[in-house]
Formats: sequence, C-alpha cells, structure tokens
Amino acid sequence: MNHGQRHDANPDPILSVRDLRVQIGRKGPQILHGVSLDILPGETYGLVGESGSGKSVTGLSIMGLLKRPLNVSTGTIHYQDQNLLKLGPRARRRLRGDLIAMIFQEPMTALNPVASIGTQIAEMFVIHRGMDWTTARQRAVEALDSVQVPSPEERARAYPHQLSGGMRQRVMIAIALACRPDLLIADEPTTALDVTVQAGVLKLIDELCRAEGTAVLLVSHDLGVIANMCQRVGVMDRGRLIEEQDTAALFANPLHPYTRGLLAARPRLGSRVEGGRKRLTELDEIVPQGARGHDSPTLVTPREVRARATGAPA
Amino acid sequence: MRFNFMFGLFLVSIVVLAALLAGVLAPFDPIMDADLMSSELPPGAPHWMGTDAQGRDVLSRILYGARVSLLVGVVSQLINSTIGAALGISAGYFGGVWDDFVNGLTNVMLAIPSLVFALAIMAVLGPGLPSLLIALGLTNWSWTCRIARGSTLSLKSQSFVLAAKAAGFSDWNIMRTQILPNIVGPLLVIGTLGIGSAVLAEAALSFLGIGIRPPTPSWGNMLTDARELLRTAPWAAIFPGLAIFVTVLGFNLLGDGLRDMLDPHMRTRRA
Repeated sequence: MNHGQRHDANPDPILSVRDLRVQIGRKGPQILHGVSLDILPGETYGLVGESGSGKSVTGLSIMGLLKRPLNVSTGTIHYQDQNLLKLGPRARRRLRGDLIAMIFQEPMTALNPVASIGTQIAEMFVIHRGMDWTTARQRAVEALDSVQVPSPEERARAYPHQLSGGMRQRVMIAIALACRPDLLIADEPTTALDVTVQAGVLKLIDELCRAEGTAVLLVSHDLGVIANMCQRVGVMDRGRLIEEQDTAALFANPLHPYTRGLLAARPRLGSRVEGGRKRLTELDEIVPQGARGHDSPTLVTPREVRARATGAPA
Repeated sequence: MRFNFMFGLFLVSIVVLAALLAGVLAPFDPIMDADLMSSELPPGAPHWMGTDAQGRDVLSRILYGARVSLLVGVVSQLINSTIGAALGISAGYFGGVWDDFVNGLTNVMLAIPSLVFALAIMAVLGPGLPSLLIALGLTNWSWTCRIARGSTLSLKSQSFVLAAKAAGFSDWNIMRTQILPNIVGPLLVIGTLGIGSAVLAEAALSFLGIGIRPPTPSWGNMLTDARELLRTAPWAAIFPGLAIFVTVLGFNLLGDGLRDMLDPHMRTRRA
C-alpha cells in the first residue's frame, strides 16, 4: 500500500480502520484479511472491487451491522478518538444515523412501505434530536427540499410506492443526511438506478456532502463513478485492500496487477479495433494463476460471501 | 369475496347496534321483569321471542346479552392479539433462545384445547366478567403469535429494516415502526376471526355455569336456563342460539372478507 502517497500534512482522519478482519463464525473462513484505511474529514474515498471482494462487508463493519455468523475477529475502527468495536451496542446505535450514516443499494426496498416519506425522515429528528413530531415534520419537508424533490410539502405525504427509483434514492439521501453526519457510507448508491438518474443522484450526494463537510465512503464497482467523485481510491480484492492511491494517480498509473486488470476490464466507448469488434478484456486472464478460486484455505468464494453477508449484496 | 365481507359487516353491525341500543330497544327489563304468571309464553306480542321459565322476556335478555358477548369477545381478543403480537414479533425479530422458548410455549398452548385451559383458569379465579376476560384473553393467542412470528421473519430480511438499523433505530423502534405496521393486516384478520371464537367460548363457559353469573343475561347462561325447557319452550333456547350463530358467522365472514381484501395476491391494482 502506498502510504507515502498520502498528503502528509493532513488533519487527523475522521475514521481510521486498522487491520480489520472479519470471519464467518469463530473458526470459519476469513472474509476480510486485515483491511486498513483512513478517511479524512470531508474527503470522498472510493472503495472499488468486484463482487464479493469485501467492499460492503467493510462498510457494514464500520456501521456495526454485520449479521451473524459474520463477525469482526480482530482490528480496530477508530471514529475520532473512540474505538467503535469497543463501544456498547447502545452507544454505537446513537452514532448510527447521527454521526455515521449509510445509504443502500436498493432504493426500491430500503424504505418502509407503510409509512409516508415525511414520517420516515421526521423519525430521524425525533430519534436522534428528540424533536417533537410537528417540528420534525417541518424539518422533513426542508430536508426533502434540500435533496431537490419537487413540491416537498406534497411529497412528504406520499408513500414510497408512489415515487420513482431516483426519487426514492433522494429520500434515502435525505434520511441519511438528516442529522448532518460526519461520515456517509454509500454502498453502491446508484447501481439500481437508470444511468440518466445516476448522474443526478451522485451530483446531489457530492454537493450536499461538500456543503456540510461530510466525508463519504463510496462503495462501488463502477470506476467511472469513482473517477468523478473521489479524491482517493482503495481497490479491494478478495478481502484485502490491495492498492490505495489518489484517484488521478490510480487511473494514470495502477500499481497492482489486479487494479490494472480492473481498469482494463472496463468497456470503453469507441474502443473498436479497425475492421471488427474487439473482445472485452476479462478479469480472469489478468489475475495470476492460482490466486482465484477455492484453492486457498483462507479464501471464500464470492458466492459464499454474498450468501452469508447481510441483505446488502457483497 | 366482497359479498362475504359486506354480509359479515351487516351481521356484525346488527349485533353491535343491538348491544349499544339494548337500553332503548329492549321492551322489558332483562332481570327485574320476571313474572312467573307469564312464564314460558310462546313468541307473540308483547314478548316477540317468548319468555323463559321465570317469565323474563327472551328478546330483552338477548339484547342485553349482546353487550356481554361483544365485550368479552372484543376485550379478550385484544388481550390475545397484544400477547400474540408481542411474543411473535419479538421471537421472530430476536431469534435464538427467545424464539425457541416462544415457539415451545406456542406449541404447548396449541396442544391444550383452549377451552379446557380457560376452564382451568376460571376454576381458579372464580366466575365473573373480569376473570372471564382474563381466562379467554390468555388462552387464544397462539395463532396470532405464529402469524406475527412468520411475518416478522420475512420482513426482518427486507432492506428497509437494515436501513432503519443503519439510521440508528433501536430494536424496539424497529419492531414498533417498521415491522408492526407491516403486519397489521394479517393480525386484523386473525383478530376478527378470534372475536368470533371468543364469543363462542364465552357462551360455552357461561353454559357450563362458570362464566357470567346469573341473573346477568349472557347467551351462554340463557342456554343453560333453557336446557330444561327444550320440550315445553324451545324458543328460550333457539333465539340465544341463533344470536350466537349470527354473531360468530358475522365475525368469521368479516375476517374472511378482510383477509381477501388485504391479501396482496388478491390486490391486483397498485395504488
């Protein structure tokens, strides 16, 4: 890893993960093999990697939302000065949604179908700020307005099924940013959305977080998204953070063969060889022989990880 | 489907109105207007449903009896629904040992005939309205619990529950605001059906003499009184029986209709 690449005169990181290991059960296979990363205040940090590389598990570990049998075996996650892994469940819950928030991939199912949008946003103010419902509802309308939902007063009374996917994701953003968190973990926030809507949602996240100074951990396998949004990028492969660089440097000069493979595997507009079609590069060819698959006892196949991880896709 | 619901609603409304307006509608006092000179009169003016062995007006007693039946049915089912929902949701949500315990308890409750269990509780508490409510309220929650647990299990893996956790909701808040509102439909159906069986159970317990104490009229103890008159004055038994029948049928149809209306498979159009 390229710790040397880091801006050395930086402020203290807002979140600091050290040697994070996650495994299935007590003696089961490891899923994260000692991930370490720092997120600086206000920066957008991209986490890329293919499915099952541990991006989501890293995000969920930080949130403390790993589901049995997944558990953190060793490592530390420092938020400001406290080790999150040492905090009790109650203290951790207070941090969630208030100081560290998360947006999930599926905007279709991530909202409670039987409560109005306004109520769901207002609940955040009631739970974390102890507001009364009248004030909280007013704040919810303001929050809807800030995520550029048209006629927010009306929309606050709408139910999730009455909104489009993009609108729902905007609502999710409003909920996540309601309490002005220090860190937003966005787990593939636009994967389920139409390409035309994606750009708008990403721009919104970018603008809002910039305005509030919120740091973002952006989990994605979309390199285009990462390139546009992030200052620094970490590349994950099978439970390890194998490369970490400034975005520009990473795209210009990927160091790890896997990263090169990942970059080469992305389809490019107009990348036709004269007179015919060019095959898309496959990742399998680039990764060294024997490094993929079931051959290593410490490794788990992506399928297994996905199956055992929480509802969010690995 | 709609017919079931409307007809059930119609029958239940009649019973509810009868209970509410008993004081206005009843031509006689159900207890005080005993007159041995006019005992066992057949239906006809002024006793439209005849009189019983003590000469009390059967119609008036049925109207007042509706109050008891409905009160017992609704209140005991509310207790059942609360217990069942609380146990079922928490068992499904937390899983583990608590889930095993609740499941075991539910199975035990299902294995004991609830009427026998209610009888045992009544034997301990003694007859009377409060103990009747307790006895029936503690013995019929197992189906509610099962349904609540099953629905919770399927909801628990929905991503909005995970999202609520990520938003810092406590377990209690998640169960209250995310899960409960999503299973109100099935619980309502079970509850409505449960009211029907509670009415029936009240009648059975009162018939056995350990429910509502005479002279307070209840459909069950009216049947007990009428048992010896079956040959001479069958109306004294037929009309309370009919009242029970109509009420139970009404609630069952209402419950079935509700289920059809709330069943997502039956809801073709999306709002």
